[in-house]
Amino acid sequence: MTLRLPPQPGEWIDRATPVNFTFEGQAYTGYAGDSVTSALWGAGERVLGRSFKYHRPRGLMSLANHDINVMLEDGTAINMRGDVLPLARGMELRAVNTLGGLKGDKYAVLEWMAPLLPAGFYYKAFHKPKALFPFWENVIRRMAGLGVMNPQAPRGEAIKQHRHCDVLVIGAGPAGLSAALTAAKKGVRVILADENARIGGTLGYDHAGQPTALETLARLQSEVASHPNIELLPAHYAAGWYTDHLVPLVGPSGMIKVRAGKVVVAMGAFEQPAVFRNNDLPGVMLGSASQRLIHRYAVKPFQRAVVLAGNDQAQRVVMDLHQAGVEVVAYVDLRPDADCTVIRQLGIPIYLGNCVQEALGKHAVEGVRISRWDGQGHPDPDTSMTIACDGVAVSVGWAPAAALLYQSGCKMRFDDAAQQFVPERLAPGMFAAGRVNGIYGLEAALEDGERAAREALGLATGVARAAETGSSHPWPIVPHTANKNFLDFDEDLQLKDFETAAQESFDNIELMKRFTTVGMGPSQGKHSNMNAIRVLARLRGEPIPKVGSTTARPFFHPVPLGHLAGRTFHPERRTPMHDWHAAHGATFATVGVWQRPAYYGTDKAKAVEAEVKAVRHAVGMIDVSTLGKFEVHGPQAGELLERFYTGHFVNQRVGTTRYALLLDEAGVMLDDGIVARLSNDCYYVTASTSNAATVYREMTRRLQTWGLEATIVNLTGSYGGLNLAGPHSQSLLKLLTDLDLAALANGGVAEGMVAGVQARVINVRFVAELAYEIHAPAQDIARIWLALEEAGRSVGLKPFGTDTQRLLRLEMGHFIIGQDTDGLTNPLEAGLQWVLANDKPFYLGQRSLKLLAEKPVSKRLVGFMLEAPPATLPDECCLVLRAGKIVGRLTSIAQSPTLGQVIGLAYVASEDAAPGSRITIRHQNGRDVVATVVPTPFIGVAP
Amino acid sequence: MPYQLLKFALSKKHPEPAFFRQPAELKPSYDAVIIGGGGHGLAAAYYLAKEHGLTNVAVLERGYLGGGNTGRNTTIIRSNYLTPEGVAFYDASVKLWENLSQELDLNLFYSTRGHFTLAHTESAMRTMRWRAEVNKQMGVESEVVGPDVIQAAVPELDMSCSGHAPILGALYHKPGSVARHDAVAWGFGRAASEMGVEIFQNTEVTGLDIRNGRIAGVHTSRGTIKTGKVLSAVAGYTPRITKMAGFDTPIVIHPLQACVTEPMKPWLNTILVSGSLHVYVSQSSRGELVMGASLDPYEVHATRSTLDFVEGLSSHILDMFPFLAGIKVVRQWAGMADMTPDFAPVMGKTPVEGLYLDAGWGTWGFKATPISGKTMAHTLATDKPHELIHGFRLDRFRDFELTGEKGAASVGH
Ligand SMILES: Cc1cc2nc3c(=O)[nH]c(=O)nc-3n(C[C@H](O)[C@H](O)[C@H](O)COP(=O)(O)OP(=O)(O)OC[C@H]3O[C@@H](n4cnc5c(N)ncnc54)[C@H](O)[C@@H]3O)c2cc1C
Repeated sequence: MTLRLPPQPGEWIDRATPVNFTFEGQAYTGYAGDSVTSALWGAGERVLGRSFKYHRPRGLMSLANHDINVMLEDGTAINMRGDVLPLARGMELRAVNTLGGLKGDKYAVLEWMAPLLPAGFYYKAFHKPKALFPFWENVIRRMAGLGVMNPQAPRGEAIKQHRHCDVLVIGAGPAGLSAALTAAKKGVRVILADENARIGGTLGYDHAGQPTALETLARLQSEVASHPNIELLPAHYAAGWYTDHLVPLVGPSGMIKVRAGKVVVAMGAFEQPAVFRNNDLPGVMLGSASQRLIHRYAVKPFQRAVVLAGNDQAQRVVMDLHQAGVEVVAYVDLRPDADCTVIRQLGIPIYLGNCVQEALGKHAVEGVRISRWDGQGHPDPDTSMTIACDGVAVSVGWAPAAALLYQSGCKMRFDDAAQQFVPERLAPGMFAAGRVNGIYGLEAALEDGERAAREALGLATGVARAAETGSSHPWPIVPHTANKNFLDFDEDLQLKDFETAAQESFDNIELMKRFTTVGMGPSQGKHSNMNAIRVLARLRGEPIPKVGSTTARPFFHPVPLGHLAGRTFHPERRTPMHDWHAAHGATFATVGVWQRPAYYGTDKAKAVEAEVKAVRHAVGMIDVSTLGKFEVHGPQAGELLERFYTGHFVNQRVGTTRYALLLDEAGVMLDDGIVARLSNDCYYVTASTSNAATVYREMTRRLQTWGLEATIVNLTGSYGGLNLAGPHSQSLLKLLTDLDLAALANGGVAEGMVAGVQARVINVRFVAELAYEIHAPAQDIARIWLALEEAGRSVGLKPFGTDTQRLLRLEMGHFIIGQDTDGLTNPLEAGLQWVLANDKPFYLGQRSLKLLAEKPVSKRLVGFMLEAPPATLPDECCLVLRAGKIVGRLTSIAQSPTLGQVIGLAYVASEDAAPGSRITIRHQNGRDVVATVVPTPFIGVAP
Repeated sequence: MPYQLLKFALSKKHPEPAFFRQPAELKPSYDAVIIGGGGHGLAAAYYLAKEHGLTNVAVLERGYLGGGNTGRNTTIIRSNYLTPEGVAFYDASVKLWENLSQELDLNLFYSTRGHFTLAHTESAMRTMRWRAEVNKQMGVESEVVGPDVIQAAVPELDMSCSGHAPILGALYHKPGSVARHDAVAWGFGRAASEMGVEIFQNTEVTGLDIRNGRIAGVHTSRGTIKTGKVLSAVAGYTPRITKMAGFDTPIVIHPLQACVTEPMKPWLNTILVSGSLHVYVSQSSRGELVMGASLDPYEVHATRSTLDFVEGLSSHILDMFPFLAGIKVVRQWAGMADMTPDFAPVMGKTPVEGLYLDAGWGTWGFKATPISGKTMAHTLATDKPHELIHGFRLDRFRDFELTGEKGAASVGH
């Protein structure tokens, strides 16, 4: 059976393009422009999904882009909402969360158990006996959850874009269109976004039997389309509002992050369901859903309909149904009095002061039972009667789409006359127009849009017009002894669940939400929060403003992780010598964002051993371009360093270097490096690779707060460096420079030409007794590297990597901050008293160290050698125990090729810190390993 | 079918009594007043009544029960900390958790899933080893495992993290669990209320009555009450209370954010944390993926969400699970985390006599709910700090005896 109507003016479907697809294994045909839901409904299907908890059959409900009754999966994507999923050729869809298919869903037995499963039932069961909980938990986990995730689904690549505009208008209904045009005509840049594929909002479907609104729409549409100041973004929903008017607009292929000067929220209102028994039966739908079916998709919603009215819009629905050839068999109005002249003329039977008590039918509506009622939730059973029909259109009230207003900090107020929340105090830069303000009439909405835009531009400080009365019924809720009168369709919550919750002390809107889970489902309460608030207010005997509403957190509609992630960028830094390393077989290690050679070759042990050997007996070379490198200039450059680091720098002689230790306020070691004085008011400072950014940030911050006359230049990226180490390093370097290297002994620094390149040469002793660090501009450093490599061949020069470097420095007895220290280590524990210039008035951490110095130091960092190394060495961070108690840990350990011994660094109890003490290390395999404390450096002075 | 469910089915009227009594008026005085109706405050009330017979107690909550960080947290429970003090304390908590549903007769959905802290770098591996060794030494089940064990537990996990951060190993902690946060507050609240404790919601403490360095009472939005003992258990609001009390702590407030996806059928059965990628994820019993990251890097006393948080988190989650690209995030939120310099809490006595502090819970305090209640109740009832909280005393900052937990608490909460 097809329910397609003859062509409707303004319809969205393209009749020339039929589209074949399958649903639950059965073939269907719809049209391009259909949503999956409209195509299925148009094909006469009634059961399109199953409810979350009781697996009740569900049809379509709102068709307003958050209709969770129809949730689909196709084997790759899950939880696709049928009302927003554009129909595409070849789709193979099924409903989520069924057992054995939609029609025969075996989970449907759960409905029989409904009395056993009131709100919060799971808190009160399954935990006794304790041993059975894992079993029940498994059952519950399997029952819950919607679609089945596919681990083979593609990652895809959603695009992220950025936009700026003066005014962002969200929602392209009459109010939004009018706001956008008003602003654009004033010469500002406007972005107009709408979640629907086509703009127009209610103009496109709310016609009351007369398509005159389409003329207005056509006019506005062409004005918007041709206005150069308006960027129109259909099919993009505003997912949330963030500080300073950052609004992500999510579309089919990606996310546009808009930073707006002003935001006009014209997002309309969500039509709300009425609560009566079986109000979820397929065929019961919102009035606006039936209008969308007719005007967008040319689908006849039903053949014989009952319209349940509670507001003035209901009659517009009646007329649209009538025009589409639906026989409206009854107009049932919750209100005792309503002007029904127009529909009376159509000959439709009218029941004022009546309610629908229940919908009848098993898998679809077959009729309704109505009765008179008092408008307050008390039907009069004596007056009840049954009317046969195949559908119910419900038009009883609205709730504003105010999520973004809430997120921006807008204070909302419940307008009793309009029975709707409306903005009371908007946040700065935020404006609201149309139905969010409770304004429903077309002319009024156009006017309100214009007003909002003018206010946004500072051209008016008008007062928004008062919300209209008659759009929302105060109590569209009918109790029923047999229940199944749903308040929350996502979560299958019935009226009585709320009564239960309140009785059990959850009578606060937030607690009620958490206990019943109302509003926590995929549609986030768009159809349930308002009725829940009404019910709670009544249960508490308080007016709605006292009950308040829950916070509306982002997102407005759920946003795919892929859209949020966008394309993933993982920046990677390479040194100037990177290609050389790669060409020479380097195995790279990731150090922070840097790629550094760990060693050259593929066999780590062999490579490291050979590289160590070269450094100890000939000469080796490592790329240290990744070090933090800063120049500090100015008359107070020395003063800055003097306060920043623990040592003395003001009195440092030009041409010398000093060790620099950085502490935090608590005296904890943060970083170390060297300070070279290049001239009277210029220092060159290095920091470790991993802390370079932190040191620069902290130094800059301190410079600001201390207000010193100095400038910091970060050369980390623009300078490269290498370290030439080993007994032949001096003779080799001599071949390439005229600098007096002998004069550099003991930590000197000099600037001059090396291999034809202007460079800085520093004598350092981190990895070997004799070593030079050569720094030069990044574009030149490779020339020095290559020259050294060539000149060094004859003396056995080998490049070495970071793994070798770690071993070399260990043999030298040097610690690495971060590896051999932790977030609490102070210099007293690390044996660094000698670098603390306590005669200075101040340095970072000094105050704390003074206090610490008065206390005994309980653990100390020492060198050790293993007495009888086990086949597998203890891992770094194995514990050091003393009489069974944890006193420290070993921080570095390695087999030293130079010494043929296993050496390492460890924290030991102060009592055991003297060389010769024996310490116990608990191996990761649980056994104890004995070590002897030895003095460092482990290796003797240069051969 | 559990008996409890049949009970619902067989009775016409819903048989369940109210969870907590909600007296209309505050009494003029109480033996003790607890500020904050989060998990910690309610647990303290419960243990005060149960273990110390102190029932003339009021719990004052400015909003609704559990509406602070208790109701915002991602509910990871574990004891694989780094310091002996931390491990002993959180292990005692895990032991209480294990029987708590039965003790409170409320299903807290305490679900033991196992907890992997993934290591992508050598230095992370070292920290994992450190934690494992301390844990083992303290009798807590933790071990360093290789990629094969991780892959077997989570076959869907991309072990190379899309080529960007290959997983070298992990710290595996078998007792790692999750629970239903709200139920914890309700369960403690109900049990305390049954023993006579009075719970007041929408009641804010606005000032402290301190005389000669001793607490004498509290001022509230509903009037003043007298009391000689006050416990402040207000997490993100702690600086406001200590300001009223006139002393300082090193606690600063940073936002901590989290988000959930729409529900899907169960597939992820463990809790995963990645320090390098700054994310953690578990799947709730409703089927949602519950995800979070490390702290926002700046001080803000508000619960606003940011877009860059979900963007960054999504990108990292997709590195681990590229196939989730189409899965949608439904909701994001934030809490105010009361951070300490050493990532350990501040518990015990204060410079004001009779005022006790339970604070500094930062990003890690949910798991401590039962043990903090128990130890604070002891401290308050006896005026002597419980032995398990010695390492967490406020004075440690003055004494430079920090309890450094940063390595175990900065991403994995
Ligand atoms: C996003 C997020 C994720 C987290 N994840 C984890 C996790 O996985 N594992 C974990 O162990 N921890 C986690 N935490 C931390 C944990 O949530 C908290 O440490 C813990 O819940 C604190 O509990 P509480 O009872 O002390 O505080 P809260 O639950 O915040 O309770 C304090 C209460 O005090 C009330 N209050 C404040 N001021 C006043 C006043 N003047 N008068 C009266 N009442 C007042 C507040 O309204 C609040 O309800 C997370 C936190 C966040 C924000």
